[in-house]
Amino acid sequence: MSDLNKLGLAEARDALRAGETTSRELTESCLNAIQGAGALNAFVHHTPEIAMERADAADVRIKAGGAPDMCGLPIGIKDLFCTKDVPSQAGSRILEGFLPQYESTVSANLQNAGAVMLGKLNMDEFAMGSSNETSVYGSVVNPWRRGNDDTALTPGGSSGGSAAAVAADLCLAATGTDTGGSIRQPAAFTGTVGIKPTYGRCSRWGVVAFASSLDQAGPMTKSVRDAAIMLEAMCSHDPKDSTSMDLPVPNFEALMTGDIRGKKIGIPKEYRMDGMPEEIEKLWSNGAEMMRDAGAEIVDISLPHTKYALPAYYVIAPAEASSNLARYDGVRYGHRASLDASDGITEMYEKTRAEGFGPEVQRRVMIGTYVLSAGFYDAYYNRARRVRTLIKKDFEDVFAAGIDAILTPATPSSAFGLGEMTDVDPVQMYLNDVFTVTVNMAGLPGIAVPAGLDSKGLPMGLQLIGRPWEEGDLLSSAYALEQAAGFVAKPNKWW
Amino acid sequence: MSIDPSTAARVAKLARIKVEPDALPALAEEFNTILGFIEQLNEVDVEGVEPMTSVTPQRLKRRSDVVNDGNQAEAVLKNAPDQREGFFAVPKVVE
Repeated sequence: MSDLNKLGLAEARDALRAGETTSRELTESCLNAIQGAGALNAFVHHTPEIAMERADAADVRIKAGGAPDMCGLPIGIKDLFCTKDVPSQAGSRILEGFLPQYESTVSANLQNAGAVMLGKLNMDEFAMGSSNETSVYGSVVNPWRRGNDDTALTPGGSSGGSAAAVAADLCLAATGTDTGGSIRQPAAFTGTVGIKPTYGRCSRWGVVAFASSLDQAGPMTKSVRDAAIMLEAMCSHDPKDSTSMDLPVPNFEALMTGDIRGKKIGIPKEYRMDGMPEEIEKLWSNGAEMMRDAGAEIVDISLPHTKYALPAYYVIAPAEASSNLARYDGVRYGHRASLDASDGITEMYEKTRAEGFGPEVQRRVMIGTYVLSAGFYDAYYNRARRVRTLIKKDFEDVFAAGIDAILTPATPSSAFGLGEMTDVDPVQMYLNDVFTVTVNMAGLPGIAVPAGLDSKGLPMGLQLIGRPWEEGDLLSSAYALEQAAGFVAKPNKWW
Repeated sequence: MSIDPSTAARVAKLARIKVEPDALPALAEEFNTILGFIEQLNEVDVEGVEPMTSVTPQRLKRRSDVVNDGNQAEAVLKNAPDQREGFFAVPKVVE
């Protein structure tokens, strides 16, 4: 077989079972593709030796029979996941040289299922960003271009390395994490599929924390079926994460029938925003039409607090970040600034954090510090948490009224150029997450599915939002949408 | 509410991030932009609404109060920028 790196997880799994290829061949094919894709800057730590070792072990396991679905499948791991003895920097200078002495639960689950780690993937620093431009490793370049225009575009963020690597066939799939849209926005910008499961489905243990009440891991893949396969392998109840849910993990792939006859799909009027490109609007109404044709009932719904989700997020997420990132003090791991003879411990903290954190991370840590500080805690932090309760209630109300899933655009635009947002104020960049952040605030599962190309030839995605803990049903609706949209475009290889 | 450079300096101090004095006015300006965006929350009627503590209503699990891990000093110190005799080393903290 040729071009093995271009396979998806399901196809590769089936080829391995049929004895048509080996994990060694699949892995070599991906490693070659990675070697030739330096221009994308997606893989930032390469682990070819680990990969070949795990591939050979997987081939033995597959031959013996009864191996799990993920066995032998080469994937990339976002740099946010701690991987034992392999650099895990969260895209930050402050974790330069850090070699975790433990493995995150999610990456351990994948490893135990026999998945092959090819290396670590670029990302926005501490997952704070929507364009992958805040990374200490430099920006990731989207494999997609505007037709023949060679302007470098963003793959989105924060899981930009994961999205670019999957879109460019450097790996069969990759892990991502999503705090405000960091899986779904880059998936939409690169024509890939990304699902953020219900908060508590995936253990957060060993995943470098950004905002603990919002962070969730999920897969980034080439198809909805692949997302179902990989999500199942990532999920588990984990005593080491007290918010991980003690619920059985279903066989998501088996639940993915694609039969949506009689399902009620909600279209929230608040997601129709001023200044939204006509093409996104059209994609959205086409998506609704496709789901109606597949037998679903399309229902207009209202989620009245939608507009407040993003401002509430920009209180809660920085507040949690300021607390989580307090651990980077130059004492236990990572970077420590070189000190003058007269410097005491406070200077050590201040210099270390000024050198180690990039501007966006510093900004968010300080905003978080401010909204939690004496005198402002009630006005900002408690108010935002109250608004969050209302946002969640909006969703509870529509689900109680019988809505099965909610269809929205994934992003307010297609991929923009690297550097295009540098001179605008930070809030403009934050608006990228306007359709995705509500889902994190309410702890719900959400999936981005590629649904078409815009006039510039760039992919656009739609988002489906599901009921809590019903990822199987959500994947089934997403599968129906994927089938109807028939998105098969791939970027032209220029790298 | 408007943040001036001296408030920005106080926040930077609380966050233990060194900010050069000449960078403070621009920082204060950025804070004001972000806080201006956040001000929208004041439009929402939150009277009688409970602040969310957990997105999934659940009681935190408990476990027996027993030692279940330990004796890993070497692994714990492995990434320390400076360590001596089994301890993290830092600049002098008491005179």
